[in-house]
Amino acid sequence: MARAEIGEQIEVCVERVRRTEVRVHGGEVESLTEAESHGVGVRVVIDGREGTSNCGSFDSELVDALLCDARDNAGFASPDDRAGIAHPDGHPVTERARPGPGFSATSSAKKFDLALAVERQALDLDRRVRGVRAAVYGDQQVERAVVTSSGIDAEVSSARGALSTSVLINDIDGGTRTGYAAHAGFDPSDLDPEKVATLSVQRGLQLLGATSIASGRLPVVFPPRIAASLIGLVGSMLSGERVVKGRTPFGGRLGVAVADSALTLFDDPTDQRSITTSELDGEGLACRVVPLIGSGMLEGYLHDTKSARGLGVTGTGSAIRTARSSPSPGYRSLHVAAGLGDLESLIADVDDGLLILTLQGLHSGVNQVSGDFSAGVEGIRIRGGALAEPVREATLAGSIPRMLLDIARVGADVEYLPGGSSVPSMTMGAMAIGGSDPR
Amino acid sequence: MLDHELVNQTLSVAMSTGGEFAEVFVEDKRSSSALLDDGRVEELTSGRDRGAGIRVVVGGSTGFAHTADLSESGLTSAARAAAAAARGAGQPGATIEVSAAQESRGNGVLIAPEDVAKATKVELLTVADAAARAEGGAISQVSVRYGDSRRRILVANSDGLLAEDDQVRTLFSVSCVATGDTGMQTGRESVGRTIGFELFDQTDVGEMAQQAARRAITKLSARPAPSGAMTVVVGPGGGGVLFHEACGHGLEADLVAKSASVFANRIGDQVASPLVTLIDDGTMAGEWGHFGIDDEGQPAGQNVLIEDGVLTDYMWDRLRARNESRTSSGNGRRQSYQHLPMVRMTNTYIGEGTDDPAEIVASTESGVYVAQLGGGQVNTATGDFVFGMTEAYLIENGEITAPIREGNLIGNGPEVLMGIDALGDDFAMGHPGMCGKDGQGVPVGDGTPTLRVKSLTVGGTAA
Repeated sequence: MARAEIGEQIEVCVERVRRTEVRVHGGEVESLTEAESHGVGVRVVIDGREGTSNCGSFDSELVDALLCDARDNAGFASPDDRAGIAHPDGHPVTERARPGPGFSATSSAKKFDLALAVERQALDLDRRVRGVRAAVYGDQQVERAVVTSSGIDAEVSSARGALSTSVLINDIDGGTRTGYAAHAGFDPSDLDPEKVATLSVQRGLQLLGATSIASGRLPVVFPPRIAASLIGLVGSMLSGERVVKGRTPFGGRLGVAVADSALTLFDDPTDQRSITTSELDGEGLACRVVPLIGSGMLEGYLHDTKSARGLGVTGTGSAIRTARSSPSPGYRSLHVAAGLGDLESLIADVDDGLLILTLQGLHSGVNQVSGDFSAGVEGIRIRGGALAEPVREATLAGSIPRMLLDIARVGADVEYLPGGSSVPSMTMGAMAIGGSDPR
Repeated sequence: MLDHELVNQTLSVAMSTGGEFAEVFVEDKRSSSALLDDGRVEELTSGRDRGAGIRVVVGGSTGFAHTADLSESGLTSAARAAAAAARGAGQPGATIEVSAAQESRGNGVLIAPEDVAKATKVELLTVADAAARAEGGAISQVSVRYGDSRRRILVANSDGLLAEDDQVRTLFSVSCVATGDTGMQTGRESVGRTIGFELFDQTDVGEMAQQAARRAITKLSARPAPSGAMTVVVGPGGGGVLFHEACGHGLEADLVAKSASVFANRIGDQVASPLVTLIDDGTMAGEWGHFGIDDEGQPAGQNVLIEDGVLTDYMWDRLRARNESRTSSGNGRRQSYQHLPMVRMTNTYIGEGTDDPAEIVASTESGVYVAQLGGGQVNTATGDFVFGMTEAYLIENGEITAPIREGNLIGNGPEVLMGIDALGDDFAMGHPGMCGKDGQGVPVGDGTPTLRVKSLTVGGTAA
């Protein structure tokens, strides 16, 4: 900061990430990666012009060049009265215990054992399991500091780990079905290999004998992890930056009923049960509860400093960034308030529908501007309120805004998921299902 | 990039606990990018990455560590960490002597992006923005991105290999939003090549912007896509993603070795229509997936994977090739020095057919014509894959008619390959792509002539 000149705003973000990854296959450790990476990012705003630069090293030769580069870059940017770094906003910080030394203090051998246990237990659970694509242990410890010429001096650290696997199961027709599961935790002792093995095998076995389906419109039931993927899309579409730039169908709709009244959605990074919990956002401001949809009504958007200025509102402490990338508004820990009943009761409520078990290709099949989406799905047909035959090679398509209005039920079985969101099972009204079965 | 004596010394440390193979990968990457969005030039940024990744292989296990510290002490401690991670059980290693570097190949870049003034790059953005907005008042938002990178790498290993490469890539993309009574729609156009700033001598950014704007405007009147199984014709250059997902990933030797591919144990079998010859070719100069050497030091290769429908080979990296006592096919790639290499595609394409593209459409009673494909995803173990269509039309009575909204298509790789019943004589390369696998992204190219698949499931919303 000593180098900030008059009329200039500067933000420096410094980051250290330590990570371990163990991949096992066939009872052996296939690879162990133990690595530490560094990042430094500089953002300069001069007369409303913003320039940034970054490097992946603490090497002084590289770091010294950053400020000069960022200033130079700023000279080519257009003036923008929204541009500018964050200022302290006095919002109280939710205290959080600093992460313990769990991951650093755990030996590689213990991490091998966790990953090997996932594979071994998956193989032992059912003789139709013929192997795993990989069983993976991963952990990541991040320390990040943000310092600005406006008086922000923030430091945040996080530690989390996960076990995951994708199992290969012999199907009756000689083909293969797969089942994926992951489990995340704040300490190696939280990670449960048995849970990952059991869930992945269960998920694969459920699809044995699956065939395609006839095209049509059916109510669909999402278990929590599938509902979370779609709620994540909603979260992305509620980014204040998208609103400012006219890139979301939810723009200009505050106070309007955008969903069935059963849906209440907010972002809550202060919820310490969420694996992505954080006390500070990417600009160094306090993370807070951000109401998004209350009983179906649109209540707010996710903002960083720049998007909040663009709409003339108060920021929500929702800047997401790494040292190497500029902040932009986004969600951390989406939460859907519990409704009534569990997955079984949601299924029992549907006469003719489809329980969705996997979603494929959401990244290529979603248009967040128009709100249209389409995905490949696998699942189980629901007939007369009970699970019937498994289905694969089908598609699910619709519009996100339409889907929210057509929510039929929200369950009470809120699950804290490895991605950080906490979401219950949900039932949607009829959606378009595509399949290759002749009608 | 690194003193040879220091390379030898680092490899010796890496082998000191009894490793069978050790490798040092050094990378120095500079990148710059600029974004014009909402009528303003913003997010001008420059980045620099420099570091080394070291791996040590013992039996089936690989130890890997990386460091941004290229000093003797930084490299030595990374080498020790990688060696310890591989839990060497063999004899302490001998001293390593790498050979002299293979003659450094020129990268053929005519205008190094780092020598081009930032103002010139910014000028391209404003030209494209103006051209897109000139397409009409329906265009409500334009976003234009310029990016370039120069990635220099050095690979040395305990077999004595020492090789270097200098890879320059330049990318330009335009995304438009059109707003009408029916809501908002998007259109995009992009170009990316493994060349320098001369890209803009070959490419008219104004025309690109017009194309993106027209796509968005056309889609305003698009109807919902149909749903269900139908015949699909994919335009020239558009079908690469289809093959990338339908069989490309399934032919990667690491997945094959784990029997996590439907194409395992199928060499010599008819796996596709006899029309199909599939080639992965890292040597295609200038193409987005091109390089001199792969990230394990192996020269780029031209590999025929499927010939006249018969599966001839898989793609290999050094590790998988070593297990099978053969040589790598030049497909060992990694996102950066912070990642382990694995088997990846380069430029993957289908050789030209003999059908007249117009005739392919005319002989299709009804179906969907996909002019531009988006991204995709595959489950290699089941062969089920999806890919998005971003510009598509209905085919009715042999004619391309109404535009339809985007959506995903789903199919099963082996079934779709057998179901290709027409292949045009109008080969074209597609758009630059980033292929993701196990969390690593690498640039890949693809290409196809016009082609027809008898049946794919279209995931639209129309009944």
